[in-house]
Amino acid sequence: MTAVLEISGLRKTYRGRKGVRNALDGFDMEVTSGQVHGFLGPNGSGKTTTLRTLLGLIRPNAGRMMILGREVPRHLPAVAREVGAIVESPQFFGNFTARDTLSLLADAGGVKRVRVPAVLELVGLRDRSRERVKTYSLGMKQRLAVASALLKEPKLLILDEPANGLDPGGIREMRTLMRDLSASGMTVLLSSHILGEIQLICDSVTIIAAGRRVAAGSVTEVLSQHSSTAVKVRLEPGVDMLGAAEILRNAGAQVTLEADHFVVGNAGNPAQVTKLLAEKQIYVSELTPVAADLEDVFLTLTGSAPVDGRSRPVDGWGK
Amino acid sequence: MSLVRAESRRLVKRRFTKLLVAGALALLAVVAVSIFLSNEKVTPAQVTAARAQAGRDYQESVASVTAEKQKCVTEGGTDCDTYYIPQPEDFDYTWYMPPTFDLRSQFGNMITTFAAILAAVAFLIGASFAGAEWSSGAMMNLLLWRPQRIRVLGSKLVVFLFWLTGLTLLLAALWTGAFRLIAETHGSTDGMTPGVWRSFGLTGLRGLAVVLVSGLLGFTLASIGRHTAMALGALIGLGALQVGAFVVATVAELQFPGVYMAPYWLWAWMYQDFTLKDYASCDYSASSGCEPAQFVMTWQTSGLMLAGVAVVATGVAMWTMRRRDIT
Repeated sequence: MTAVLEISGLRKTYRGRKGVRNALDGFDMEVTSGQVHGFLGPNGSGKTTTLRTLLGLIRPNAGRMMILGREVPRHLPAVAREVGAIVESPQFFGNFTARDTLSLLADAGGVKRVRVPAVLELVGLRDRSRERVKTYSLGMKQRLAVASALLKEPKLLILDEPANGLDPGGIREMRTLMRDLSASGMTVLLSSHILGEIQLICDSVTIIAAGRRVAAGSVTEVLSQHSSTAVKVRLEPGVDMLGAAEILRNAGAQVTLEADHFVVGNAGNPAQVTKLLAEKQIYVSELTPVAADLEDVFLTLTGSAPVDGRSRPVDGWGK
Repeated sequence: MSLVRAESRRLVKRRFTKLLVAGALALLAVVAVSIFLSNEKVTPAQVTAARAQAGRDYQESVASVTAEKQKCVTEGGTDCDTYYIPQPEDFDYTWYMPPTFDLRSQFGNMITTFAAILAAVAFLIGASFAGAEWSSGAMMNLLLWRPQRIRVLGSKLVVFLFWLTGLTLLLAALWTGAFRLIAETHGSTDGMTPGVWRSFGLTGLRGLAVVLVSGLLGFTLASIGRHTAMALGALIGLGALQVGAFVVATVAELQFPGVYMAPYWLWAWMYQDFTLKDYASCDYSASSGCEPAQFVMTWQTSGLMLAGVAVVATGVAMWTMRRRDIT
């Protein structure tokens, strides 16, 4: 498959009173055609800076970026017609109606105004399209932002936190919309904090931390690369769990005791667990692999898991 | 072309634009109606009576001063030569008439009033057109569609200046028509030669330049500061700066502190010149004949300054638009 978006060695440095901050530190990313690609990272990791740089809003210090095979920002004016984007929170002039907002954008971008009612219908805003944007809820503004990005019928759709402010029904609608768009051949780059959504929607992901790529590939690949060999072991009620754990530890297993079960961390061959216990007349009632989900992988790779008694850093100042 | 069309629509759709234009119209209407109501047409009989009254007052005044002077001489006074004998021109007959609007002598001030009101409105609309777009995020949104910063800002500015020119010319035509009507019904159009109209036309063009530079300044300052309030703050700051410079120059006893005051330069621009006088340059008195030193501000110098302000403000706005990140 062809790459719709390629970034390599992207670097952006900010100098402030607090020192030098590398918002992007040699970041790489590749998004292939027709995919829904998740872009993950903790707050301050460089997601929005990457998207803004890609869209010509921020000037990078170094690196190379290509959209639809053309180098940007040099050729951005030429490819902008084929890229729909929303960056961070939806931002519109509050006193204009949704219809006016979109028709002005259509005029500015040379898009026919007949597209306006079509995209308003698509995002479910048709009935309120003649109301001022400042009367909209955050979720409605989010829908309007998506509508503005879709107005151009882009080949690449870049959405930064599109589910922000949406209720569960809205999130589900957004998920369906993403799938439909992808099915129609559009490539979608989706930045989100809702990891469950990413796992459900996306074909591939890139994870960024401290301005660098820490993982990339298909969702399955990323999960498998970071899945553990741990298994959860449950015994018959009344069986000596401590004794069973001791048997396994003596055989070299890493055992973590929980309330009603234990986890064997290095169970490369789960059959060995049953064999060792059966030899001592202890029978296993449940033996299940401990599967990693995207959230586990994300927290592990980005080091952003909360730790009791410690505040969580949100950016890379001074690094 | 599509960008120009979009920006034209955006400008006229903005509520702030509509409100300010309505406000300017209301203010201009108040001025015109006030002039209309406070003046009246003077009949030939009233003119004759006024001339007669002026003549009588002149004669009485001459007689009174002459008697006083004679008395002084009789009493052997030493400063009897200082008595001023009134002249006929000291008794203008128009002072004895009810107020009447003379188009030839008074419309020049009305052009300046018009330009001042329009310039204030232009500054605010310009500042809001750029500033509100930045602060609401609409500018960033637009740049996602047209990632050509200079073209986007340049189109906005050109659209705004063209619109402002059209608005000013339209209102100027209405303004001129209104005062022509006022002069015909509540005053006089005597002496309105083609030369006078040409002179008003040139004053009007200079007024248009003030309106355009004011609008451009509002637009560019708001664009540099990326907020409407930044333009207003900068304007207040510049005002305070020039007053400060004037005060310091006065305290330091510099010869012409008035050169630091922009309103004097604008006056010179509108009325062709403005003269600053340094009364401390010699022992000035009405009778000594000493002429104070003068500094004449000319419309040419003022024009160069206006052009300089416009070029610098536009240059800085374009430079910041090109260089600064949009975060």
